[in-house]
Amino acid sequence: MNKEYLDNKNVDSKANAGCPSPVADSSGTSVIKEVAEGDYKYGFVSDIDTEIIPVGLNEDVVRLISAKKGEPEWMLDFRLKAYRHWLGMVPPKWGHLRMPDIDFQAISYYAAPVKKEGPKSLDEVDPELLKTFDRLGIPLQEQKQLSGMAVDAVMDSVSVKTTHKEALAEKGIIFCSISEAIRDYPDLIKKYLGSVVSYKDNFYAALNSAVFSDGSFVYIPKGVRCPMELSTYFRINASGTGQFERTLIVADDDSYVSYLEGCTAPMRDENQLHAAIVEIIVEDRAEVKYSTVQNWYAGDKDGRGGIYNLVTKRGLCRGDYSKLSWTQVETGSAITWKYPSCVLMGEGSVGEFYSVALTRNHQQADTGTKMIHLGRNTRSTIVSKGISAGFSENSYRGLVKVTPAAEGARNYTQCDSLLLGSDCGAHTFPYIDVMNPTAIVEHEATTSKISEDQIFYCNQRGIPTEEAVGLIVNGYAKEVMNKLPMEFAVEAQKLLQISLEGSVG
Amino acid sequence: MSNAVDQYLNLYGDYREAIGSHSAGVLNARRDDGAEALARAGRFHVRGDEGYEKTSVDEMFSPDFGVNVNRVNMPVDVGASFRCGVPNLSTLLAVVVNDRFVPSSTLIKNLPAGLTVCSLAEAAREMPRLVEKYYAKAACMSDASVALNTMLVQDGVFIHVARGTRLEKAVQLVDIFHSSTPLLAPRRVLVVAEEDSHISILKCDHTQGEDAACLSSEVIEIFAGRGARVEWYDIEESNASTSRRSQLFARQEEGSELHICVATLTNGVTRNDFHIDVAGGHASTRLSAMAIGSDRQHIDNSSVIRHAADYGSSDQLLKYVLDGNATGAFEGVIEVCHGARFVEAYQSNRNILASSGARMHAKPQLLIYNDDVKCSHGATTGQLDNNALFYMRTRGIPEAEARRMLMQAFMVDVIDTISLEPLRDRLRHMVDRRFAGVKAGCAECGSGCPD
Amino acid sequence: MNDILLKVTDLHAKVEEKEILRGINLEIRPGEVHAIMGPNGSGKSTLSSVLAGNPAFTVTGGSAIFHGVDLLSLSPEDRSHEGLFLSFQYPVEIPGVSMVNFMRAAVNAKRKYFNESPLSAGDFLKLMRQKRAIVELDNKLASRSVNEGFSGGEKKRNEIFQMAVLEPRLSILDETDSGLDIDALRIVAGGVNQLKTSQNATIVITHYQRLLDYIKPDFVHVLYKGRIVRTGGPELALELEEKGYDWIKEENR
Repeated sequence: MNKEYLDNKNVDSKANAGCPSPVADSSGTSVIKEVAEGDYKYGFVSDIDTEIIPVGLNEDVVRLISAKKGEPEWMLDFRLKAYRHWLGMVPPKWGHLRMPDIDFQAISYYAAPVKKEGPKSLDEVDPELLKTFDRLGIPLQEQKQLSGMAVDAVMDSVSVKTTHKEALAEKGIIFCSISEAIRDYPDLIKKYLGSVVSYKDNFYAALNSAVFSDGSFVYIPKGVRCPMELSTYFRINASGTGQFERTLIVADDDSYVSYLEGCTAPMRDENQLHAAIVEIIVEDRAEVKYSTVQNWYAGDKDGRGGIYNLVTKRGLCRGDYSKLSWTQVETGSAITWKYPSCVLMGEGSVGEFYSVALTRNHQQADTGTKMIHLGRNTRSTIVSKGISAGFSENSYRGLVKVTPAAEGARNYTQCDSLLLGSDCGAHTFPYIDVMNPTAIVEHEATTSKISEDQIFYCNQRGIPTEEAVGLIVNGYAKEVMNKLPMEFAVEAQKLLQISLEGSVG
Repeated sequence: MSNAVDQYLNLYGDYREAIGSHSAGVLNARRDDGAEALARAGRFHVRGDEGYEKTSVDEMFSPDFGVNVNRVNMPVDVGASFRCGVPNLSTLLAVVVNDRFVPSSTLIKNLPAGLTVCSLAEAAREMPRLVEKYYAKAACMSDASVALNTMLVQDGVFIHVARGTRLEKAVQLVDIFHSSTPLLAPRRVLVVAEEDSHISILKCDHTQGEDAACLSSEVIEIFAGRGARVEWYDIEESNASTSRRSQLFARQEEGSELHICVATLTNGVTRNDFHIDVAGGHASTRLSAMAIGSDRQHIDNSSVIRHAADYGSSDQLLKYVLDGNATGAFEGVIEVCHGARFVEAYQSNRNILASSGARMHAKPQLLIYNDDVKCSHGATTGQLDNNALFYMRTRGIPEAEARRMLMQAFMVDVIDTISLEPLRDRLRHMVDRRFAGVKAGCAECGSGCPD
Repeated sequence: MNDILLKVTDLHAKVEEKEILRGINLEIRPGEVHAIMGPNGSGKSTLSSVLAGNPAFTVTGGSAIFHGVDLLSLSPEDRSHEGLFLSFQYPVEIPGVSMVNFMRAAVNAKRKYFNESPLSAGDFLKLMRQKRAIVELDNKLASRSVNEGFSGGEKKRNEIFQMAVLEPRLSILDETDSGLDIDALRIVAGGVNQLKTSQNATIVITHYQRLLDYIKPDFVHVLYKGRIVRTGGPELALELEEKGYDWIKEENR
């Protein structure tokens, strides 16, 4: 470290009151602090009549959820099997996370905005709900709908509205809430639900399978290129509840879809549980791009409140030359535990994982991916960029497995960690298993602090430190941001900027 | 409680007096702690435990091994057997037969001033305060294997270098297994390098005879004082019926240098742990390892380098070439503690799978709690470079020979980390022979070493 | 017939699924220098790789007879022993293998092929010294790993040094001029010319005429889309230099 430079800057910062002080300033007024404590602009609570079932979980609750959704018998059986299996499981402890024991009997497993009687036209959607999504930048009214993007809006446990449904239906694309899909497309659901993430997979997957309330279902028929981005927006509003959504995407032969997921929640002092499952099936030569901008409430600067985001996401590249690409920008949640994965079964199938995870205050993230190479000539790429600030803990955890049959498999992994401050942690836990001698598996990881030389260079060119940090971090994350669809990339970049600058959006 | 643990706790219960009577007070004082810790652990690590993805220590310990509690002399003709002498490096030689320390006559005659190399039990009797100060102070008793070793170990090697003593000659320890029945040897080495001292230690593991299963339970503790430099070289050339559970614990004071190089050439099942605590500032650590596996060999190295002070530097290089049905595992952790500033820590793991039956598991990890660091790790698993292979063949070098040359070349940078030149040459030779398929025993060795 | 060193007939080859050579015909006699020119992607380097036996390429048809031997049936190392030498466009770096060990292995493998005993250490070092002089290769490079850390010029000189040691009957110089400054070019070309006899032959693969100022070709072939589309004397190279390759492309549309 250039001591001289720091000393000078300390003097300067006194002389120019109001100018941000440099990152390495130890006086406590530094940008790092602001970075660490920036505000959350989605923290409002909407005043919406909500039906919440009593807290607690037992078979009757599972039956109640199923009944409320008017589900067929087979769906209830699915839930009960999962519930019974869950009873015998314990929460996983291997994450690099300090997580208090969750009292699963203290959570309400179903909360839904009260629906008024009458025809299901959009005019009948509670105006307060529309306002809520408006404020989140997701207009649901016909005239305001985003062109080029179909949205399924999920509030607490239920889907509120799916836009552009009819336009999609013309191409044979099914995009609806999973509850509707269970009712309207039972054969597809029976065939695919749980086929990639079994309820036995892990503790939270079992829990989700028992109590999931809503989510989205997508089916892209053979040879169809989905003409617009599909998007689900998840919002937790009610307090004392958990959200357990379920997403199922099936891309048939030669099809393509780009799917986006966004999420926010109000600021509350309590921790709320979000345990979702995303399953994706990709058939021959089909391609699915799945992008997430995760901005659940992260808790306050002292680590009070925030969402526990415990998610199982997995895709099966079943078809030859199929491709699944995960892109995630993770800035929210008090605790994140998720590993979007690819099972590369088809010959020549491709899996990708691009991630930016920014943690600050007392946030903890243990996230990464699994690439399971089963088929010949399968390829995977992992690029993970972690940014830690404040008192946060940010871990990359990933598995690359090449099974004996995966002749010619190839993996490249790059995971970098950037540290903004000396009280945070950045960790890397890659697991690499190679069982085929024709495979080439490469893993590179670096950890460093933000470059003082770069900041100084920016300062010299007149860019204040705060802005310089933003610039540098954005540059650092660019490789991943570039993978996001355009509209989302702008949003995500803003989000990073907000998180970094501590400005109120 | 696992059967493996049970049998040793029973053995200890039955022979507590006998074990102690053939050892020394300082060692005896810690036995009950060991027994207690072992009982608490309940089992050794099994495959799938975090950090033990591919190696079951419990399985290593579960056969019905004997322990030579009553110190029955098992004579071995050391002179006619393995010497593993390094030409041009007249070492100070000592032999450990199973778990019994046997000094060579040259060692006794030529011991330089400031150096002590002797039986650990003897040291514990003659200088109990010194031994007590260090014994079992770095090793982590909560690990079941360390607990077992501490409970049962009766002798070992004690090496002490006085303040400011800089040794020119290397100390060489030759570990020999020699037993007609299945045997567990609890082995222990305690190295204390006082302030500003320098020492190089070369340890070679051998197994004589082919059949009886044997298990080495080895705990090595190294204390590098302020400004001290310790080089620790460890070459394993045992056989398929040998299991080795080796754990090295080192503690480094300010400005010290520790250099560890481990080569596994032939073995059965090996699990080596390296726990290095960089406690003092400006200390540097280098860990290099090579593993050459064929047939059903299994080689697992695990390292934890913990930087607790400013300006620490560490560099790790671990390379594996696996052929046949050999399996390899590497797990390495670089930990930079909160408040340890300006640390530079690097780790590199490169592996070649040369056959369809070979398997490699790698898990390099970074645990960083401070921002003023430069840390990186890299791991690759692949094959020999096809372009290089073709280039060599166009120059007329037959494919098999080109492959062998490339494999040897792959190990060159590990060998180059050795600072003792004669040892470097010797190891290069041993590696060449290993890849050529020649078993490197003294009987077949043409290096004509003295002794 | 005995007069012909290499006869290539209707040679076809592909890499992965792409056909790159589509019927090459070529005859080379001892003492001759042939230049093969052509625009990028015409198959020049593929031809050299296929003749040397690079396993990345698959021969799909045709033959190559090298002084009576079926070249295509031999392993790369046996082609080398039989006297084929390829100077690589991008000489491969082999970390950890010293030049000395590398060359000793090469020389002794060839001797073994001809049932000769290995060279003694002294004779080998003498041979190295002698041959190094031809391309003014620094002695220091001998102790380094093969091509590792060599400059572009050093790598190419190292190729010619190896050629001098192995004394091939046919040398293929693949873009040997690429990446060379004028001094290095002169040294490399000087080495090649010194090694030229009435018994051996050279194929010079190049994009530019520049190298041909130093290594005078007897024949110039233009390769385009995997075929030799034109053959002439040295004047053809000059014509190409002047007019570029566009007219060739035009003619072969």
